[in-house]
Amino acid sequence: MHIVACIKQVPDAKDVRIDPETCTLVRQGVESIVNPHDWYAVEAALRLRDEYGGKVTVLTMGPPQAEEALRETLALGVDEAVLLSDRAFAGADTWATSLTLARAIIKLGPVDLVICGKQAIDGDTAQVGPGLAAHLDQPYTTYARRLELQDGGLLLAERLTDMGYEVVQMPLPAVVTVIREIGDPRMPGLKHKMRARKQEIPVMGAADLELNPEEVGLQGSFTQVVRVFSPPPRCDREMLTGEPEEQAEKLINRLKEAKVPGL
Amino acid sequence: MKPIVDKEKCTGCGDCVEICPVEAIEVVDEIAQVNDDCTLCGLCVDACPDEAIDMPEVIGPATDDIESYKGVWVVAEHHGGEVHSVSFELLGAGRNLADKLGVELAAVIIGDQLQEAAEQLIGYGADRVYLAEDPALALFNDESHANVLTELIEQKRPAILLAGATAMGRSFIPRVAVAVGTGLTADCTELDIGEDGLLYQTRPAFGGNIMATILCPNRRPQMATVRPMVMRKPDFDTQRQGVVEAFAPSAKAVASRVQVLETVTLAQETARLTEADVVVTGGRGLQKAENFKIIEEVALLVDGAVGATRSVVDEGWMPYSHQVGQTGKTVSPKLYLACGVSGAIQHVVGMQGSEIIVAVNKDPDAPIFDVVNYGVVADLFEFLPALVKKIREQRS
Ligand SMILES: Cc1cc2nc3c(=O)[nH]c(=O)nc-3n(C[C@H](O)[C@H](O)[C@H](O)COP(=O)(O)OP(=O)(O)OC[C@H]3O[C@@H](n4cnc5c(N)ncnc54)[C@H](O)[C@@H]3O)c2cc1C
Ligand SMILES: Nc1ncnc2c1ncn2[C@@H]1O[C@H](COP(=O)(O)O)[C@@H](O)[C@H]1O
Repeated sequence: MHIVACIKQVPDAKDVRIDPETCTLVRQGVESIVNPHDWYAVEAALRLRDEYGGKVTVLTMGPPQAEEALRETLALGVDEAVLLSDRAFAGADTWATSLTLARAIIKLGPVDLVICGKQAIDGDTAQVGPGLAAHLDQPYTTYARRLELQDGGLLLAERLTDMGYEVVQMPLPAVVTVIREIGDPRMPGLKHKMRARKQEIPVMGAADLELNPEEVGLQGSFTQVVRVFSPPPRCDREMLTGEPEEQAEKLINRLKEAKVPGL
Repeated sequence: MKPIVDKEKCTGCGDCVEICPVEAIEVVDEIAQVNDDCTLCGLCVDACPDEAIDMPEVIGPATDDIESYKGVWVVAEHHGGEVHSVSFELLGAGRNLADKLGVELAAVIIGDQLQEAAEQLIGYGADRVYLAEDPALALFNDESHANVLTELIEQKRPAILLAGATAMGRSFIPRVAVAVGTGLTADCTELDIGEDGLLYQTRPAFGGNIMATILCPNRRPQMATVRPMVMRKPDFDTQRQGVVEAFAPSAKAVASRVQVLETVTLAQETARLTEADVVVTGGRGLQKAENFKIIEEVALLVDGAVGATRSVVDEGWMPYSHQVGQTGKTVSPKLYLACGVSGAIQHVVGMQGSEIIVAVNKDPDAPIFDVVNYGVVADLFEFLPALVKKIREQRS
């Protein structure tokens, strides 16, 4: 069983924010972290490996610094890590990202299962997982909270829906995205930490993946950001004073004025 | 590729250096220079006070015969024939786009036994409904529904396609986008047609701290998803005329490698989190599971949904499906009432798109008050009963 967990290095949400006083974007150096959802992807992969045997490879596409994110996951006991890094990859949209990752997965092959996080917190698109499945032409499911391997190379997944949940089954190889209920990530172990520091991490570029520069990064993307701006700030704050009864009355009046339904 | 710095306009002020998350910009001889660490995130473009920075353009290959793609489509989501309100909201938005372009607005509905739903879509603004029915499509299945939609797009060639950013839409629409080879913008909050006839798609990024406008210039259809509650639902017009056109998907499209073994709909007393006009959220300030009764009471009273912070979910007071925030759900109701919530950024990013935010917290310095429209410094165990009492009084 070869499982690939896809992780992304993202800016920490607490650093990218609007200053409530000045209503402008806070302009300070932003820390990079492993996308919080991707810890669950790594944990899901490790749990399956621990139960059914095999190996887990963690894969990321990003700038050279993204190697740091890979090492963090190696410290949890991940077997191998691969970094996809190339100037030409910069500015990739979800199409170009999922194409590049799919190519790498084919190169790393054979891979039985690809696990992604639910979404990355920088773009919040949740498109790379299903996009990968399409590029690989494999069955997939999203928002999985339980995974189980069954006889005959079948994967059983319980997934969250807007209405409740669903149980689906599909043959491997397949792609899944997982949510937090899959299980909390383990703590790094001392032995793994030592190994994580030293382990060699291969770096692959567009040429290694036999992709042309026109197929990756911004050039290989179909969407283009034409404007970035701060959202209109919510700086018209009013504090409602008085005893709880007065506060409640003031609030109801304000909400009625704003025509909030249900009041 | 790197952002392009206009040497004439650049004053070397260094605003771009400060905002760059990867330290890829330096000011050399009073001109900004971008190095190879640049990830093309675009933040510097907005930060520049002199409009001296531009992003390079995408030059990916164009869809063949791009001019033959016409019309605006809305993918209708339904559960056993009952159409999701986001689809009606999208028909409103789609109608506006179609009118601006002077083209037809069509809805697509995939499943089984959907004649009635199709008629309803016309009443909400569709000129035409593509009805793809097959008993094998009765239950939603990412793969078969994606295949059928892909087939339909390839044959009928819409220029724009909109879908709801629900669990369902977010799951199968990205597969369709890759299958037809086009771009997809998730979670748009604003859609417009530019002078160039392109779809201008505006969406929040970085948890809503930044807005970005995105184009898909060279591929068709231009695809976007939109969250529930963002667009206004149009009025239903019983007189509206439209065409229902049956579409017979191929046997290959209807087949799926994924088998849905069981679908469980959890009954909820209160409204569903992502679809409610009002969300009442309880945080750790509730102190224990039993105290959530007061949150549920307020929610029921105003026909709202119950939200929870991660701390509350971790304590086991509420199930994960109620969690709002970075690792939970994103909601944008008309009213978000946060009770006993401190306002950690990971929580705020999941609710700051709400129209009106109200917080009740006994700590006047709680960070939640930085993002509210109305702040109530009070003990929630005193304030909420008073609120319930006042609402009841005013009703009787
Ligand atoms: C990677 C990551 C992801 C995360 N994702 C999420 C997420 O998706 N959603 C989320 O919510 N959090 C998330 N968190 C956690 C987040 O950082 C906060 O810890 C959490 O939101 C705090 O929950 P809280 O406001 O309920 O609790 P607290 O921070 O403990 O706040 C309780 C508040 O209640 C007030 N209070 C107490 N008693 C009363 C009373 N009687 N009346 C009125 N007010 C009272 C207090 O003044 C306090 O402000 C995440 C954290 C990390 C690191
Ligand atoms: N650059 C990347 N490298 C590796 N995995 C990624 C990358 N971008 C996205 N992913 C994976 O795809 C998931 C969804 O990302 P997104 O579609 O960007 O919201 C993430 O949780 C990751 O598992």
